[in-house]
Amino acid sequence: MAGANWKNIGPLANIPVQGARRLCLKHMGRPVAVFRTSANEIFALVDECPHKKGPLSEGIVAGRTVTCPLHSWVIGLEDGMAVAPDEGCAQSISVRLIGGDIYIHLPEAASAA
Amino acid sequence: MNMIADPRKHLVVVGNGMAGMRTVEELLKLEGAGRYRITVFGAEPHPNYNRIMLSSVLAGDKTVDEIVINPREWYQQNGIGLVTGDAVAGIHRGDRSIATASGRVVPYDKLLIATGSRPLAPPIPGLGLPGVCAFRDIADVDKMLAAARTHKRAVVIGGGLLGLEAAWGLKQRGMSVALVHLMPTLMERQLDAPSGQMLQRDLDRRGIAFFTNGQTEEITGTERAEGVQLADGRFIPADLVVLAIGIRPNIELAKIAQLDVNRGIIVTDDMCTSDPDIFAVGECVEHRGQTFGLVAPLWDQAKVCAARLAGDGEAAFQSRALATSLKITGIDVFSAGALMAADESDDEITLRDDARGLYKKIVLRESRLVGAVLYGDVGDGQWYLQLMRDKTDIGALRERLVFGRAFAEAGGIAPAGPDFAAMPDDMQICGCNGVCKGVIVNAIREKHLTSLSEVRAHTKASASCGQCTGQVEALLAFAAGAAARPAKRTVCDCTEASHDEVRQGIRDQKLKSMDAVRAAFGWSKPEGCAKCRPALNYYLLCAWPQEYRDDARSRFVNERVHANIQKDGTYSVIPRMWGGLTSAKELRAIADVADKFNIPTVKVTGGQRIDLLGVKKHDLPGVWDELGKAGMVSGHAYAKGLRTVKTCVGSEWCRFGTQDSTGLGVKLEKMCWGSWTPHKVKLAVSGCPRNCAEATIKDLGVVCVEAGYDILVGGNGGVDVRVTDPLVRVATEREVLELTGAFLQLYREEAHYLERTAPWIARVGIAYVKKRVVEDADGRAALHARFLDSQRFAQIDPWTERVMGVDAYEFAPLPELAGA
Ligand code: SRM
Ligand SMILES: Cc1cc2nc3c(=O)[nH]c(=O)nc-3n(C[C@H](O)[C@H](O)[C@H](O)COP(=O)(O)OP(=O)(O)OC[C@H]3O[C@@H](n4cnc5c(N)ncnc54)[C@H](O)[C@@H]3O)c2cc1C
Ligand code: SF4
Ligand code: FES
Repeated sequence: MAGANWKNIGPLANIPVQGARRLCLKHMGRPVAVFRTSANEIFALVDECPHKKGPLSEGIVAGRTVTCPLHSWVIGLEDGMAVAPDEGCAQSISVRLIGGDIYIHLPEAASAA
Repeated sequence: MNMIADPRKHLVVVGNGMAGMRTVEELLKLEGAGRYRITVFGAEPHPNYNRIMLSSVLAGDKTVDEIVINPREWYQQNGIGLVTGDAVAGIHRGDRSIATASGRVVPYDKLLIATGSRPLAPPIPGLGLPGVCAFRDIADVDKMLAAARTHKRAVVIGGGLLGLEAAWGLKQRGMSVALVHLMPTLMERQLDAPSGQMLQRDLDRRGIAFFTNGQTEEITGTERAEGVQLADGRFIPADLVVLAIGIRPNIELAKIAQLDVNRGIIVTDDMCTSDPDIFAVGECVEHRGQTFGLVAPLWDQAKVCAARLAGDGEAAFQSRALATSLKITGIDVFSAGALMAADESDDEITLRDDARGLYKKIVLRESRLVGAVLYGDVGDGQWYLQLMRDKTDIGALRERLVFGRAFAEAGGIAPAGPDFAAMPDDMQICGCNGVCKGVIVNAIREKHLTSLSEVRAHTKASASCGQCTGQVEALLAFAAGAAARPAKRTVCDCTEASHDEVRQGIRDQKLKSMDAVRAAFGWSKPEGCAKCRPALNYYLLCAWPQEYRDDARSRFVNERVHANIQKDGTYSVIPRMWGGLTSAKELRAIADVADKFNIPTVKVTGGQRIDLLGVKKHDLPGVWDELGKAGMVSGHAYAKGLRTVKTCVGSEWCRFGTQDSTGLGVKLEKMCWGSWTPHKVKLAVSGCPRNCAEATIKDLGVVCVEAGYDILVGGNGGVDVRVTDPLVRVATEREVLELTGAFLQLYREEAHYLERTAPWIARVGIAYVKKRVVEDADGRAALHARFLDSQRFAQIDPWTERVMGVDAYEFAPLPELAGA
């Protein structure tokens, strides 16, 4: 069972394979990118590239990485870390797949509201 | 607060500038760094930035963010305490502590003074007026930029490196600029009279007004600066006055602390001051009677100082011959060592070509090179500098030396380009960061670097002023080419296969999916990467236009959503305007759509059409729908495909027009729109050789003449401007269309992904292209037919499709969470 801070954000089918969608969370202030890999794994990162805040949800997804559309930094989906020689980290957000639906773990501030 | 005592010694750094932070960077690389806890105090409110690049910020080539060297996170990650916006006001050597302006008192074990220098301020009335500033830090640049926004006239006082870069930056910002210089020629300490005059002539042509032999008497004005009064009676009106007459080491703190000072803070070879616990580096120091004003020697000081702090008892600073250059785009100046013969035993050799704007002078003393001044072509500058530093005996090269390295070393035969193979490893390439050829080549080979930015990241070569960028790029081509896999450029890191091998494999082995290609060539990553996927997608689309289904997931965002992403995540929309023609109806629809969707910017592009900028992603289908109702379709301004066909008015209206260039442009655009190509493709048709449509820098240009049509190919107006090669002259429009189709198809089938026609033709040669599309009539007809065939599947307007609902999920974010 998902706990109190886990919210259902809809079915897996909403996200294109090898792609991403953007999720706007009013109380978090910053949008979240929800990724789906070709192996149907789900990951989520704050939708801001560590370089200049490019929208990662618009990047090309390959394996467990996404390439930022603005200046081509490569970001790991699991931990949000930029691949060397670039340095930086996009905040990673916990997600789970339960019965075909995606659940996202909201940070305290967001879920308390 | 009670804390367990930190066993480490406390290193306090005064000055968060270039020399101080480079010392800390060097220290962190050393094992001995562990003995210190580091705190840095900076008077400026910013993190450490590249002061050299302030000139580029002023000229608009860089933003302040882009010149930050170490952002605040860097200090955090390295456990360094950073206090900005609080100057150190006093040093108490007795109890080894410093006090800041805001009253903080901080003890130190070791102190590093790196306070840089201050701009020289001459004793003239009016210096304190608003609208007068120096050129030293971000605050000064902010003042200049603010003035440039609201005022028109600037006067720069000082014709040295700083003054000239300030003048050029302000000119770039749209101000009318005058420059006052005390001496008869510019940069007189780095340039001799002839080269100084050439520099003045070139800048004069670029619109800067010079007042040489000008002694400033007063800056006039009551509320703010109104003008500059010269001693000889000349008066120059001004809203902004920039003082750039020189710098003076910033030694106030050291003086109060009673350290030994002269012009600068006196340091010995170990960078230590007269107090063994206090070190100093940068423009604030004086070493063996010499003070400093360029970064190269500061990097050496930083290395020595860091080594000493880390416990090395040997490291010693030695000052070396220095070179100066000027960072003004398109003006190449190099100077090192002596400007002229000191006496009769010295020799000067000069070479001057006024028509080409070239000047070279070398100064020889007892068979050694002791000075070089270069203007116009500075490619050999670092070589001369090296000869000076190594005190090489140049006796054998003497006659040829002035003609440059290639000529001198080849014994009189000039080979093309620098000979990197023969270049010694310790030859310096990047003067700012002191990076040698060997270091760069090793990094490229060992770390498999393939781009300039990687080389910069790993070696710092060309990462400061950028003057050596061309050399570093050439070295990259040299080193990467000569690496383990000679002369082979693979599609990406996932494979050993080259572009040509992959394309041939797709055709010969009838590979029809990306998976099939990756399997056939043994790709290392099962689903490839962001570099190879768009390439494979294109190659498959080109080879199998009817069967292959485009993979949206392998397309860069612009081609996936059919609009150009902007830096803030909004999009731009450019509808097609056939041959640059529009109508009242189209313009009305554009105006309406701009109003309806609150589109902030409407701009005429460089490609003769209209750009709607700042459209929100979810509004795109709505915008396209409205434009579509007025008959407009996608202009593919985002595509590796046909962009624009630029035309002039031609015989329809123009008194010189020989043919209907506008009409032909429209026909070409109707035939070619929608096609996917290795890179973008731009066409143009000019109605006569006056060439108002700039056809000679397009991928394919047509210049109309009385006798017919000249077809030209392989031009490029972008990064490396390339003029087209003539392909053929034909008599009829029908032939123009056939040749264009054939040419584009050859390019589509044979060029590498992301290779424009210019580099492609440079690679395969214009003779080959002529052979295929001019001389071989059957081949030409077949190419043209294949082009038209693939157009049957490509000419579907993507905007209309999306208005009808294709990929609808692209244009809507996920539903917002209730309550979250
Ligand atoms: C909008 C426009 C500037 C303008 O306001 O006038 C423009 C805007 C961009 N140009 Fe351009 N170029 C525009 C005309 C040009 C021209 C002039 C022309 O076409 O006559 C050139 C030089 C001619 C040429 O291409 O040879 C030009 C040479 C470039 C280059 C350098 C290409 C090269 O081969 O060196 C790039 C970089 C690239 O493509 O990799 C570039 C890239 C770009 C990009 C796509 C940068 C990017 O990746 O985001 C800009 C997209 C802005 C946007 O979202 O709309 N743009 N660009 C012009 C659109 C014309 C149009 O109607 O489609
Ligand atoms: C516009 C411009 C263009 C230049 N172009 C070139 C070039 O092309 N090539 C080249 O080699 N060099 C160039 N230079 C010179 C180069 O920038 C300097 O040589 C270099 O920055 C000096 O480094 P530094 O650390 O000694 O001083 P700075 O970089 O000036 O650092 C000193 C820092 O200490 C701070 N400070 C001073 N007093 C205190 C205090 N009491 N407490 C706390 N902080 C204090 C200052 O605010 C400053 O931030 C250029 C300089 C300018 C201004
Ligand atoms: S529009 Fe073109 S020239 Fe202008 S900033 Fe963008 S890429 Fe550079
Ligand atoms: S914003 Fe992502 S790479 Fe620049």
